[in-house]
Amino acid sequence: MRSGLAWAAVAVAVLALALAPLGLGRYDVYILTLWLVTAVAALGVNLIVGYAGQETLAQAAFLGIGAYMSALLAKAGVPFGLAFFAAGGISFATGLAIGFPALRVQKHYLAFVTLAFSVFVWLVIRNEEWLTGGVMGLKDIERPSLFGASLRPHRLFFWFVLAIAAALTFAMWWLVRSPWGRAFTALRENPVRAESLGVNVRRYTLLAFAIGSAYGGFAGALYAPLVEFIDPAPFALGPSLLFLLMVVVGGSGSFVGPFVGAAVAVLLPEWLRFAESYYLLIYAALVILMMAFCPTGLVGLAGRLWSLRRRPARIAEDEGARALGEAKP
Amino acid sequence: MSAVLEVRGIEKQFGGLRAVDGVSFEVRQGEIVGLIGPNGSGKSTLFNCILGQFEPTAGEVMLDGRRVTGLRPSQLNRLGVGRTFQLLQVFPRLTVRENLILAGQEHQGSMLGRLFGARDAGLSAEAKRTIEFFRLGHLADARAGGLSYGQQKLLDVAMAFMAGPRLVLLDEPAGGVNLTMLADLRERLETVNRERGATFVVIEHNMEFVMALCSRILVLAEGRIIAEGKPHEVRRNPKVIEAYLGH
Repeated sequence: MRSGLAWAAVAVAVLALALAPLGLGRYDVYILTLWLVTAVAALGVNLIVGYAGQETLAQAAFLGIGAYMSALLAKAGVPFGLAFFAAGGISFATGLAIGFPALRVQKHYLAFVTLAFSVFVWLVIRNEEWLTGGVMGLKDIERPSLFGASLRPHRLFFWFVLAIAAALTFAMWWLVRSPWGRAFTALRENPVRAESLGVNVRRYTLLAFAIGSAYGGFAGALYAPLVEFIDPAPFALGPSLLFLLMVVVGGSGSFVGPFVGAAVAVLLPEWLRFAESYYLLIYAALVILMMAFCPTGLVGLAGRLWSLRRRPARIAEDEGARALGEAKP
Repeated sequence: MSAVLEVRGIEKQFGGLRAVDGVSFEVRQGEIVGLIGPNGSGKSTLFNCILGQFEPTAGEVMLDGRRVTGLRPSQLNRLGVGRTFQLLQVFPRLTVRENLILAGQEHQGSMLGRLFGARDAGLSAEAKRTIEFFRLGHLADARAGGLSYGQQKLLDVAMAFMAGPRLVLLDEPAGGVNLTMLADLRERLETVNRERGATFVVIEHNMEFVMALCSRILVLAEGRIIAEGKPHEVRRNPKVIEAYLGH
């Protein structure tokens, strides 16, 4: 019954999204598509940080790897489908490769390794002009065609991205509610105990990191044809931090958190356009306020307001249980 | 009866400290062996060496006659060795049921099979039985972090049994558990031992509990085994009395 209701809500949301561009202008459709692409990359960060309790400061670098991979393959005449899976595949393999040395230590050390990797990728993109065009970037990236029809029109491309994002979201949902998802949560909550129960902590940590990074690669493969021109800037360290922020602002470890966080990250700059150079200041202030008063993110805040309205008694109980749960080592 | 576990000359050195100093013993199929000794005598370190948490400085561990020294804890667990820790170790934000399913899932099929298979890895029924067996029925869907200390301790022990292990090493299962629950715990352990033939090694400071539960006791002091025997023999052994009371 409850799950039937949840599926109905998902269907309504997807339908509403599919119909949204009909009433929107060209630029708004672009922003909506950018939100979906950003959310896919943020889903990956949420798997690594929110579910498995690890760190990553390199999601924008994986986005870059995916974007350049798919753009270069598209220019070489490779069909989009192939380029898309190549982008995800190389990000997965790179994730395994850089996760491996960091495994012995995990957490903060994984953060340092990914930090270094992020800078490394950015330097390669900027300096290897023969391949990436350096700071001049890659121009005129073709949007793919489907059944012979070009997806150049903004609305068609939006629907194309929506379908892929929906499939990737379903795959992530399946993953986190499978026994793998339970094992990822166990890594976050108590890796020593998990290992003693037969959970191969190394293997699951690597898998969480590599799958999360692959989502960055997939998002990159959608990003390149969306913007049609890529240069090194969006793949630097700053945007990687922003991805981490999105997950935290949305609600780390909550399934819809990345969508909310990505919406904030993509839409807020648009809404705060009037504030011009004060925009980052306002953004920073909002984040600090939220972290101080609602560390569970916007999704947590919404949940709190919802149960406050419905069952004032029940929330006290929930809070009590949570406090108890967190007090234990 | 053959030895399930055989420990041969285990040593563990931490810098200048020799925490475990050449310990050897055997545990036979179906036995409940107690491991006692004063604080700091090396009991938990010995457990951690046996269970792959620490790599021993010297010596070897045999499981069913097979050398398992240096295997990781998860590998040992998949060979049928369960454990509990001295400090409570449950997953506070998962429910009791989820804790138990997690405790058994890595023994079900292959990695890929688990990804594409059922969400509960086919363990719902077994989890339900375990919940009933440990009398946690009314708490099945409660978050583990919200349970009382004694209930969490029961859950901790129950998790060690989810995968149907042949050998379980329990590190102070009775610590901090109230009297009623203590009797419950002992009875549960005895039933598992009798019905499933599971073998236990138990570290415990509660003498009444350990003497009643175990058929054989090993006494550790300063990293060595100083006495071994039936509970009533060990209790009267002057070396043991001296180790506990000091010089």
